[in-house]
Amino acid sequence: MGALSNPFDPNEILWTGCPCGMHATMYEHQLAMSQSATGSRFYTSETTGAETVEQSVQQQQAAHSDMRDEPEIANTDPDVDWNDQEAVLARCVESAVMKGIFGTDMNRRKFLRGVGSATALAAVSQFVPLDALKAAIIDAKGPLEKTKLNVGFVPITCATPIIMAKPLGFYERYGLDVEVIKTAGWAVSRDKSLSGEYDAAHMLTPMPLAITVGAGSTSVPWTMPAVENINGQAITLANKHLDKQDPTKWKGFTFGVPFEYSMHNFLLRYYVAEAGLDPDKDIQIRVVPPPEMVANLSAGNLDGYLSPDPFNQRAVFDGVGFIYKLTKEIWDGHPCCAFAASQKFIDETPNTFLALFKSILDATAYSQDLSNRPEISEAISPKNYLNQPTTVVQQVLTGRFADGLGKVRNEPTRIDFDPFPYHSFSVWILSQMKRWGYIEGDINFKDISEQVYLATDAQAVMKEMGQTPPDITYKSHTIMGKTFDPAEPDAYIDSFAIKRT
Amino acid sequence: MTTTNNFGLKAGLLSIVILLLFLFGWHMLVVAQQGPAAEGLDPEYAALLGKQATEGDSALPKPHEVGAELWQHISDPFYDAGPNDKGIGIQLAYSLFRVLTGFGLAALLAVPLGFLIGMSPVIYQALNPFIQLLKPVSPLAWMPLALYTIKDSSLSAIFVIFICSIWPMLINTAFGVANVRKEWLNVAKTLEVSPLRTAFRVILPAAAPTILTGMRISIGIAWLVIVAAEMLVGGTGIGYFVWNEWNNLSITGVVSAIVFIGLVGMFLDILLAHAAKLVAYAE
Repeated sequence: MGALSNPFDPNEILWTGCPCGMHATMYEHQLAMSQSATGSRFYTSETTGAETVEQSVQQQQAAHSDMRDEPEIANTDPDVDWNDQEAVLARCVESAVMKGIFGTDMNRRKFLRGVGSATALAAVSQFVPLDALKAAIIDAKGPLEKTKLNVGFVPITCATPIIMAKPLGFYERYGLDVEVIKTAGWAVSRDKSLSGEYDAAHMLTPMPLAITVGAGSTSVPWTMPAVENINGQAITLANKHLDKQDPTKWKGFTFGVPFEYSMHNFLLRYYVAEAGLDPDKDIQIRVVPPPEMVANLSAGNLDGYLSPDPFNQRAVFDGVGFIYKLTKEIWDGHPCCAFAASQKFIDETPNTFLALFKSILDATAYSQDLSNRPEISEAISPKNYLNQPTTVVQQVLTGRFADGLGKVRNEPTRIDFDPFPYHSFSVWILSQMKRWGYIEGDINFKDISEQVYLATDAQAVMKEMGQTPPDITYKSHTIMGKTFDPAEPDAYIDSFAIKRT
Repeated sequence: MTTTNNFGLKAGLLSIVILLLFLFGWHMLVVAQQGPAAEGLDPEYAALLGKQATEGDSALPKPHEVGAELWQHISDPFYDAGPNDKGIGIQLAYSLFRVLTGFGLAALLAVPLGFLIGMSPVIYQALNPFIQLLKPVSPLAWMPLALYTIKDSSLSAIFVIFICSIWPMLINTAFGVANVRKEWLNVAKTLEVSPLRTAFRVILPAAAPTILTGMRISIGIAWLVIVAAEMLVGGTGIGYFVWNEWNNLSITGVVSAIVFIGLVGMFLDILLAHAAKLVAYAE
């Protein structure tokens, strides 16, 4: 009995309700049967052999292995394995459809006995798209509000999980038909996200915070369900500065960063400030779109840049610069890019969002495994995605790379993938936004962080997917030997000699 | 007849000679930029670098490399390998569609409005400050505003084309209409032709060459602007194509795109020049 019985078998009792349809429950049905002298006991005996409803309910709740052991209820279809979630769900859908068509179990069995199971299956499939129904229900626990989505990305290796989820089929796995759309830069990505053209997008981790507090754009509640990548950036210097591999010698340099609200900007500022340079006075920081960084470096317009890959590696590949420092050497495990969506998207299409979130988490976990990286490099290098030579992308993702100084370095965590959006990441970013005057006045670090970075949701979803998220959402970080305590952001800002507040 | 034939032949030959000289100069420039190959590189290290770094190759492609790239695009112009990778034919079609839509809408508005302005000195004076203020604004300056209000990047691109095409057509139409020879209007008046009939039978044919010149200027500007607009918003179109090649630092790809942009721009101009010939008249 129950959901797992084959609904196309006339000898099965499918529904725990009354089989003749005259009574609300099996209990009432059996009572009626037993009270009537002429009443047949047929159904009762055929059902489960159980005398009372209580018992049958208990059996339902009993472990499924017990159900198979009981000869009276051995009508669970052997084709369906309880441990196979998809098969179980598929069977439930079939049952539900049959229930919808026939109403009562008696009708169903009569019909099946009359025409035969195979004919019935064919006939029902004609009118009800069983396969499509099954697929829809397996893919998400609730129906997806929509399956066609547009997700924007900027062509850099930070977006690896978002991009590779398309050619390697992670979106499909969750029933989504996602177009990943290449975007010229973050300002455009932000504008297209705000306008609703993108359902979700690749952004920089500070951007959802900036959008939410209204720094540099209108204030719209934005969320960051997951971090895309950790580490994976570098400071690249032009070849002519081979003798200046020391930040104290950088006075008067012009540096490129990809966006104002970026980890690149904040890490570069942090790094030069630790060396005693004021990033607003002693050096010039320009916003340059990543692809133009290499050309500007070779033309001498930039002395260096802190930019996303593959453009650091590309400078080495084209022989115009060298990798001076990986950002993991500044802060090992720093967040960089983000998978971001508007609060509106989550509120209006929660199931779609969940499916998308899961496909990103799944893709991120896959990207985490170093042994998958060569395959991913192949998948994301073509014109449709990064449009870069595969050797360049592969050097970034595998961490075995030429540094431009004549050495091959091996840094497996040069870029890494960890989706967990610690609230303390956000507090650090906000502390730097305040330190450099991007936001003014008192801000509630904790509230904004917890509103935008969906660490608690990430914990729940990751657990459900069998991943192991951390138990905490705040932790202290060490950046260039200095400890950051997320509980005391204001004291942290005050502790710096060079700041704008 | 023979003299004009000779003239055309001479000019054509000269064109070819100039082209060959240009290609030769280009080739020599690239060869001259060839630096020394890097020596003593660890082969394992060298395998991770590009030819520019290991062999001292110039970043500029040689003419025959661009030729090969052009041929590749021409031989398969309509492939579609996903939203970010389409053949040159499809990209040009997207751009042309945007330009023609924006230009068409602008013509629908500019020509009647220009007519009114040209007929009435009062309206002309009243609208003149606005036209003068808006005319010199770079179309791309409208882009953020368009993106923010229209909330659709493709429509925004069309809007930008619309706004940049409208001014030359408006001004030229008004000028053409205002400068129809007084004698012709007086003749029409004497013959007691109705104002509507005068507009269509006298003013329109008289102003048509000026209007067409305005259109020709407009479509030139529109084609210039679409490339920049698409580079900005991305997605599809020839501007996106240029940006995508630039993203890969592929100068070869950028140069081939320049050739295609030039060819299409020339084709559009020739089309309107022919239209202008149709309405031309000798006084």
